[in-house]
Amino acid sequence: MQAQGDRSMKIFITIHNTSVAHRFDLASEVLIAVHDGNRVVDDPRTIIMSRPSAEELCNLIIKEDVDTVICGGIEERYYKFLAWKKINVLDSVIGDFTAVLNLAGLGLLSPGTIVPSSPDTVQRA
Amino acid sequence: MIQDDGLSIAETYNIADILEGVPHGTAILDSRLRIVAMNRFLEVLTGFSCLESKGIYGDAIFRSNLGSRGRVFQKVLGTGDAVSVEGDIINRERRKISIQFTISPLRNNADRIIGLLVVLEDISAFNSVMNTSLLTENPTGILGHSLKMQEVFDLMPLMARTDASILITGETGTGKDMIAEAIHKSSKRGRHPFIKINCGALPETLLESELFGHVRGSFTGAIKDKPGMFKLAHDGTIFLTEIGDMPLPLQVKLLSFLDDREFYPIGGDKKIQVDVRIIAATHRSLMEQVELGNFREDLFYRLNVLHMHLPPLRERDGDIRFLLDHFLREFASRLNKKITGFTSRSLKQLTAYSYPGNIRELRNIVEYCANICPGDRIRSGHLPKDLLAIPLGEKRVPEDVKNGQIPALAASINDFSRSGADWLSIEKEMVLRALMKNHGNRSKAAKELGWGRTTLWRKMNMHSLV
Repeated sequence: MQAQGDRSMKIFITIHNTSVAHRFDLASEVLIAVHDGNRVVDDPRTIIMSRPSAEELCNLIIKEDVDTVICGGIEERYYKFLAWKKINVLDSVIGDFTAVLNLAGLGLLSPGTIVPSSPDTVQRA
Repeated sequence: MIQDDGLSIAETYNIADILEGVPHGTAILDSRLRIVAMNRFLEVLTGFSCLESKGIYGDAIFRSNLGSRGRVFQKVLGTGDAVSVEGDIINRERRKISIQFTISPLRNNADRIIGLLVVLEDISAFNSVMNTSLLTENPTGILGHSLKMQEVFDLMPLMARTDASILITGETGTGKDMIAEAIHKSSKRGRHPFIKINCGALPETLLESELFGHVRGSFTGAIKDKPGMFKLAHDGTIFLTEIGDMPLPLQVKLLSFLDDREFYPIGGDKKIQVDVRIIAATHRSLMEQVELGNFREDLFYRLNVLHMHLPPLRERDGDIRFLLDHFLREFASRLNKKITGFTSRSLKQLTAYSYPGNIRELRNIVEYCANICPGDRIRSGHLPKDLLAIPLGEKRVPEDVKNGQIPALAASINDFSRSGADWLSIEKEMVLRALMKNHGNRSKAAKELGWGRTTLWRKMNMHSLV
């Protein structure tokens, strides 16, 4: 997806309601968005999976030619698979997916980030 | 008195003290299912610290499979009935752990539910024993009837009764990890964490940070404080495996810790005091490493207060036969086969072999035989090819073992190169050979096999090579 000199990045987030899903293997909804380094380009797409499955999510990620995956807990073997496919995986992320998406697009998100002011972290805000 | 606010529970009692008394991962959630407090066991189990978890939705930290958005937690809040349910979590180290969850309501003086007590008991070890469908001979799971193993078993309770450092030596596959954990479990520290660190698996800086922790901003990427394994293992045991591979600068820091029982985290200016017992293990001769200048002599003597040497299988008279029978029963049961034993010829071959990979290798050989054998007895033809090549009566000790080296991967592969093997075994061997030939380069290995990288990944996954 990422061309040389082009800062646009295809981001894939496993979601539940308005938050990043706590577990990759149990996520049944994903959001796919393109961020150009300043803002989200076009409308993000959401896909409802027929059933939660880490394997199917991996297949979808490859098929969609994603640059960055954002998720909660993920098992080592799926993490390694995605890393092997040269996909940047930011795991153990907790927070509202819109805020997380913007942080990732701006290059400010790292694994383990807990974003305040989200349904999961109300009292920290 | 207690108000209807989860956080007020923490103000009324010293919650941290109460939770530390529970020998499992434990958390208190408020009525909105957010974490009020958690104990150190839960920090170790999940990988999240109490500080960063406070106020966060509980299941965002546990990452359990207990239904969408804490359905089980909501149910306990609604009904007031405690629930005990089996499930799993995925921790920050990306490990899936089997857990027995016990969720109980917390009521105030007006009998109103104001929160939950959640206990997460790690049952992965129990499940793994149950999966073998065969109970082991003793509660520690360590098998052996030979005189040399009896000496080890006799020594274990003595070592459990003291707090001195232990050095466990022995060849690869002799069960150093199991012995260390068994000593910890039967010691007074048994209710507290047992943390294992492989000193050879991490580069020096990363190992120092893993062991002693760091403070935020101490190096690039240190975006928050990290407690380190020594702090997390407080009151428990830290097991330093492959201690012979620990870099020299870190050996100095470890020695200093052993002297003072306190340390500075990386970038920190405040000393941290912890009460941790150290068990170290190595397959190398540490004395030789001292002579070569690779290991500090003073550290060697500090670690070697109590020494336990685990004998290689070839020196454990009678245990080979005993273990062969034990693993055969296990695999026959798992594979649902009616294999009753070995023919006398195959037994001669198996007992004549030297097992450089020790119990791990013996177990693999029996697993192979059990898979290959179509009848009720393991015959010579069902043994791995290299085993058949050893003339009967000759007890061969491979050169690498004589030299004190770990058997190379190549050796274990040769052990399993065989004729008449089933396709899955042959395929696994092909994958391993291709990876070895290409020095682990998966692209090149895939090309050599005529597969795509994804196919190779799938096959590696299927054969548990990832």
